[in-house]
Amino acid sequence: MAQVSLNNIRKIYPNGYEAVVPTSFDIADGEFVVLVGPSGCGKSTLLRMVAGLEDISEGALSIGDRNVNHVDPADRDIAMVFQNYALYPHMTVRKNIGYGLKNRKTPASEIEDKVQTAAKMLNLTEYLDRKPSQLSGGQRQRVAMGRAVVRDPALFLFDEPLSNLDAKLRHQMRIEIKALQRRLGVTSIYVTHDQVEAMTMADRIIVLNAGRIEQIGTPAEIYHRPASTFVASFMGAPPMNLLTAKGSGGRVTVGETISVAAEVADGPVTLGIRPEDIEIGPTCDIPFTVDIVEELGAHRLLHGQLGGQELTIHVGKDVVVSAGPIRMSINPDAVVLFDAKSGLAL
Amino acid sequence: MKRAGFATRWLPILLLLPQLAIIAVFFYWPAAHAVKSSFYLEDPFGFGSSFVGFDNYIHLTGSSEYGRIAKFTVLFTVLVTFFSLALALLLAVKADNVIRGAKTYRTLLMWVYAVAPPVAGFIGLLMFNQSWGPLTELAKSIGWDFKLGVNFNDTAFAMVLVSVWKQVPVNFIFFLSGLQSIPKSVREAALIDAKSSFRRFWDVTFPLLAPTGFFLLIINITYALFDTFGVVDTLVKGEPGNNPMTLVYKVYVDGFRGNDMGGSSAQSVILMVLVLALTVFQFRLVERRIHYT
Amino acid sequence: MTETTHIPVAKRPVKWGRVMDHSILILGSLFMLVPLLMVLQTTTTTDLETIKNGPEFVIGDRFDDNFMAAMFKASGFSGENTGLRMLINSLILGIGFAIGKIVIGMMAAYALVYFRLRFATLAFWLIFTTLLLPLEVRILPSYEIAQQLGLLNTYTGLIVPLIASATATFFFRQFFRSVPEELVEAARIDGAGPVKFFIDILMPLSQTMIAAMFIIMFVYGWNQYLWPTMVTTEEGMYTLVRGIKQLTQDLEGTNIPEYGRANMLALIAILPPVLVVIIFQSWFVKGLTESDK
Ligand SMILES: Nc1ncnc2c1ncn2[C@@H]1O[C@H](COP(=O)(O)OP(=O)(O)OP(=O)(O)O)[C@@H](O)[C@H]1O
Ligand SMILES: [Mg+2]
Repeated sequence: MAQVSLNNIRKIYPNGYEAVVPTSFDIADGEFVVLVGPSGCGKSTLLRMVAGLEDISEGALSIGDRNVNHVDPADRDIAMVFQNYALYPHMTVRKNIGYGLKNRKTPASEIEDKVQTAAKMLNLTEYLDRKPSQLSGGQRQRVAMGRAVVRDPALFLFDEPLSNLDAKLRHQMRIEIKALQRRLGVTSIYVTHDQVEAMTMADRIIVLNAGRIEQIGTPAEIYHRPASTFVASFMGAPPMNLLTAKGSGGRVTVGETISVAAEVADGPVTLGIRPEDIEIGPTCDIPFTVDIVEELGAHRLLHGQLGGQELTIHVGKDVVVSAGPIRMSINPDAVVLFDAKSGLAL
Repeated sequence: MKRAGFATRWLPILLLLPQLAIIAVFFYWPAAHAVKSSFYLEDPFGFGSSFVGFDNYIHLTGSSEYGRIAKFTVLFTVLVTFFSLALALLLAVKADNVIRGAKTYRTLLMWVYAVAPPVAGFIGLLMFNQSWGPLTELAKSIGWDFKLGVNFNDTAFAMVLVSVWKQVPVNFIFFLSGLQSIPKSVREAALIDAKSSFRRFWDVTFPLLAPTGFFLLIINITYALFDTFGVVDTLVKGEPGNNPMTLVYKVYVDGFRGNDMGGSSAQSVILMVLVLALTVFQFRLVERRIHYT
Repeated sequence: MTETTHIPVAKRPVKWGRVMDHSILILGSLFMLVPLLMVLQTTTTTDLETIKNGPEFVIGDRFDDNFMAAMFKASGFSGENTGLRMLINSLILGIGFAIGKIVIGMMAAYALVYFRLRFATLAFWLIFTTLLLPLEVRILPSYEIAQQLGLLNTYTGLIVPLIASATATFFFRQFFRSVPEELVEAARIDGAGPVKFFIDILMPLSQTMIAAMFIIMFVYGWNQYLWPTMVTTEEGMYTLVRGIKQLTQDLEGTNIPEYGRANMLALIAILPPVLVVIIFQSWFVKGLTESDK
């Protein structure tokens, strides 16, 4: 078990590309931190620096109380689960899981015990003598987990471990991994670009954009109080509605439609509102035209125009709507305001 | 290099050392030496050598014999390349068509790959044996008095035939594997779009095989230039005399038998330049290699 | 519309295209095979029979005699170059060359792909330039080196200079690069150093590739002609393929050419590599067609 601390970690690749700008954060012992961000934003780079697979260009990294900048990956007391699992194709499941222990000169009987325990935990017992090619995707994923678990590491690192699975399996494994992590209490860093994974698994989420941290916070904070328009539009499906608005005299207004009280300087601002924070009904105050209704079973999404700007509204399955003019209102407490230029929350 | 390469210092150097040592001694030194001695004239009795600049090259370009051999080499290369590619393509397309006996055909058509060129030449000698060779008999039956090793054209014919026989299998293997790597969906699409199998071949299969073809073209030219040494050597029975020979064979004859080191080296250098040009050409082709996927 | 139930089942037309395909394939197979059959036939008859009638459609009873003569009777002056001796030399050359090439190539490729090396690019170019120039164009200086190093008529001299090109290195480099990056990363986290990773993971993964390379290189080494012709002058060092030259000269020179023995020797020179290629066909084809991508 260990806390992890990154102090101004920076990565410049040999070709001169700065993949991670100096970045600092701390992870508490036993915490599950998820790194999210669009493709190419430097998530893997950051994770691989923690693993020791990539040199740290600048800054200090410690795992536990130990600075590990120059420690070999095998000696960092970590375990890593890769996107393509990286199972050794010529070894049986048993050998795959035990390989790290064997290299640590663990006695054979002890290896066998640990492998058995891990296999039981992951429902792999009957597959121990198979080769990876004889397993399904989900089973391979579990072997990769088993390989990480047997080492009893201080830190788990996951690089998009579920992205090669189909939706159903992904859901199931998501729950299994989270439960396993809870049970073992191992500090974990989990990389994904799937925001549902991020929301459901994380104790804390770190949103990365172009090698820079946009926001660190609990899933609720990230969702409801995004620190920037980037976070607002990245997290949530559909994303937060971002409307061009104007502040004047203690109010923010969107054209002739929305108007909320807010302490902002006069001038242009961006107003953010989640689709589910908008209500519809005949008594509401703002006219809105629905162009398309997306039927999702459990709920519906209404896409339309609000004074010339695109807006999406989330309504429950019992609210029957068809395209055409309706009326809506917003929950003023749910409004988030952003600087129109920098995109940062006000 | 892999992203997370090992940082060990001495091990990779140790690993590279044998390879580097061998190529330094048996590749770079000889190659450099060949270039150097092409500018020297060696005394035929072994009493040192003197710098003569480009004389050896000038001598070569002025030599009508060298010109004749160069011409023959070009013709030989063109014929061998063309016939072995065409024959192999035909056979590969047919072998790709059939289902029954496909494996047997494949085996029967590729085993000659493993026959050494001089052994192929030796078999050629038997086939064209003056008194009883089956092919000599066959030629006689159509009124062709075939004289291997005596008549220039007859010998050249035998050289081309044997070289083609020896080279068809390699081309066949590559064409067949090229054909088999054409996605099934593409073939099925073609089956729907074009009724005639001839059209399908020219419009779909052939263009998709083009990259393999280009690659093989270079391989075949290199083969005809260099690897046929053994065929030539056996078919002329070690007696170049008036017989046709290729440029590589001439390097050997002049250098090893004639002791004309300078001239032979100059010829080597010319060949080196030729191969380098071919390779550059190949790289550019590969670079521009049309991607159909 | 009651007739619909009586629609006769269409008779399958004879597929003339298929017949054509098979005919061409059979002709091609015969083109490849007939020369070998002729050699085979002459190994079963007496020399006089062959001289009188040429190859015939009968199988004689002299196979054993010819085989014994080929294996144990020496030609030349020293009496050392029996077929058996040459067979052993060929095996040493083929196997030694294949092993040497694979070991050295794998080591170098491993260093190039899996290590952070400062001069990796330089090493790469030094090694891969050797792919450009075949041995034939630097044959004389190579011979001189071998001579100066006292390698004439030694197995080292026979094998090592032939290893001085990077085909195997290139092949393994391609293969190593296709191995997923994450494998070495996972292994490093699992505590495997460079040596352990190579032995525990890379070697087992490369098994098929090694087998394919071995076959190709064995055939290549076995079939070498020019270099053995130059470095081996002692008859006890002759390989079968190199001995072909002497065979052709024998057939020319003597009164009653020993066709039975000579053709049997040619057959012995052909069979081992051919069998290897046929038996391990799928590996061989894979190795051949994937090495040049
Ligand atoms: N070895 C390298 N050399 C140079 N640039 C690199 C290297 N590896 C990655 N990069 C660049 O660094 C940036 C971050 O890469 P990284 O792999 O960390 O992205 P990521 O966030 O994991 O993306 P994804 O979600 O697609 O996996 C990318 O722009 C990538 O092109
Ligand atoms: Mg990534």
